[in-house]
Amino acid sequence: MISRYRRRRLLNAFNLTMAVLATVFGVFWLVWILWTTIRFGAGAVNLALFTRDTPAPGASGGGLRNAFVGSLILLGMAVAIGAPVGVLAGTWLAEFAARRRLGAVVRFLNDILLSAPSIVIGLFAYAIIVDPSGRFSAYSGGVALALILIPVVVRTTDEMLRLVPGSLREAAIALGTPYWKLVTRITWKAAASGILTGILLGIARISGETAPLLFTALNNQFWSTDLGHPIANLPVVIFQFAMSPYSNWQSMAWAGAFIAVAFILLLNLAARMLLGRRRPRA
Amino acid sequence: MSATPRIHTRSESSETVAAAGIGTVKIDVRELNFYYGRFQALKNVSIEIPARQVTAFIGPSGCGKSTLLRTFNRMFEIYPDQRAEGRIVVDGEDILKSRRDVALIRARIGMVFQKPTPFPMSIHENIAFGIRLYEKLSKAEIAVRVESALTRAALWDEVKDKLQQTGTSLSGGQQQRLCIARAVAIKPEIILLDEPCSALDPISTAKVEELIEELKNDYTVVIVTHNMQQAARVSDRTAFMYMGELVEYGPTEGIFTKPARKQTEDYITGRFG
Repeated sequence: MISRYRRRRLLNAFNLTMAVLATVFGVFWLVWILWTTIRFGAGAVNLALFTRDTPAPGASGGGLRNAFVGSLILLGMAVAIGAPVGVLAGTWLAEFAARRRLGAVVRFLNDILLSAPSIVIGLFAYAIIVDPSGRFSAYSGGVALALILIPVVVRTTDEMLRLVPGSLREAAIALGTPYWKLVTRITWKAAASGILTGILLGIARISGETAPLLFTALNNQFWSTDLGHPIANLPVVIFQFAMSPYSNWQSMAWAGAFIAVAFILLLNLAARMLLGRRRPRA
Repeated sequence: MSATPRIHTRSESSETVAAAGIGTVKIDVRELNFYYGRFQALKNVSIEIPARQVTAFIGPSGCGKSTLLRTFNRMFEIYPDQRAEGRIVVDGEDILKSRRDVALIRARIGMVFQKPTPFPMSIHENIAFGIRLYEKLSKAEIAVRVESALTRAALWDEVKDKLQQTGTSLSGGQQQRLCIARAVAIKPEIILLDEPCSALDPISTAKVEELIEELKNDYTVVIVTHNMQQAARVSDRTAFMYMGELVEYGPTEGIFTKPARKQTEDYITGRFG
């Protein structure tokens, strides 16, 4: 009896140790990545970064203003397209197709899209927009990012709406509420913080996407807000500057990476705060 | 939203069954069968529910009492594999066959559920939401209606200073009375209560029971309960159901003191269920 108990305790201690070690191993890299970004990036951040555009090869000075603004424009386009489409599709899945076979099929397809390699999405945007129109453009990049955002938003909207208790729907229906009103006034409201969180996390996901922008938005050394032409954007600038032989470009890439990480961190914090404040009631 | 005129037929058209001694019949259920997919949950149920009285349904879990209640406002229709056959006549109209918008039927038949279900909005909005579904009123008129509904539900004094707080900030018992107020606010004729006290503490339960007593002056109340003492306390008539069948139905006092059927007696004396 006693020996058995001791064996159990030893086994427990062993498993616990392994679990802790595995966690430390995982967190270690994350901390290292963050530390490296801060070490090389934070020091390179200065005011010019936000007021000057990307410098020509070999030129000194300059900043990342055009890349920041370009990225915000691309993200804005992606959210303008992706968030409404994603929320509506997620709503259809959760509210109108929950018990239908078609719903299950669409949900499965959406999961595939969710894990599709982003370069494939970029190629697709290239094939349907860039190639026919004959040039790289900001809006093709926005569409590519929107296509990555949509499945994320669909998934979270669907899940958050399905967390809304059925009793709430029944209560509204018992009052004689039309279904569209039930959805827009009650279940959306009950799941609002969750849906918004999904959108924020989706933005975090696409804000670092580089592959789909390489052959859609391309890049632009100069200031541009013309949606019909190539536009500067942070991920591609980081990619090009980091690969360059110029040391001022390299340190600017680190600064850009640092800003990108900080931006994503803030989005995640905002999402956590939103979700923590008001979850759908169970 | 368009303001739909409320159809407000009182029970003149109902037949009066003086012989049965129950006054005006409000809900007349005839040979009702109900199916969850292939499973038959109600078997040939016929029952006359009197106007402005409290009728209680008791019976063990799964006996079909909640199922029966959910046919009265066609709630089952939102689930595609559920169907009802037979007749449920309310004020002379078979609601199962009615061609009218089901919302108009549900406007006349309020329902309160086992768990409180406040909407994710303010206390005021919780009540105003239902009113606005059927009537186009000014803000002031809405405020009057909200107050009167909350007063009816014996909740006004507790919430009058915090009408803009969310409904979920209230206690469980208050939430349940808010749901009753919400049902009352749209001026129904029938109120269906599906185990309204099962999630409440004894004090809240007592308050809701008092309220039920009040409500029957104006409404036909149908209550499903697991709690036999509750049925005995609040109802005028009691129906005992078992395995999807209506076993016995009569004045509450009779059911609890001199049940005619052996099954009823076994249940109320705690021998099964």
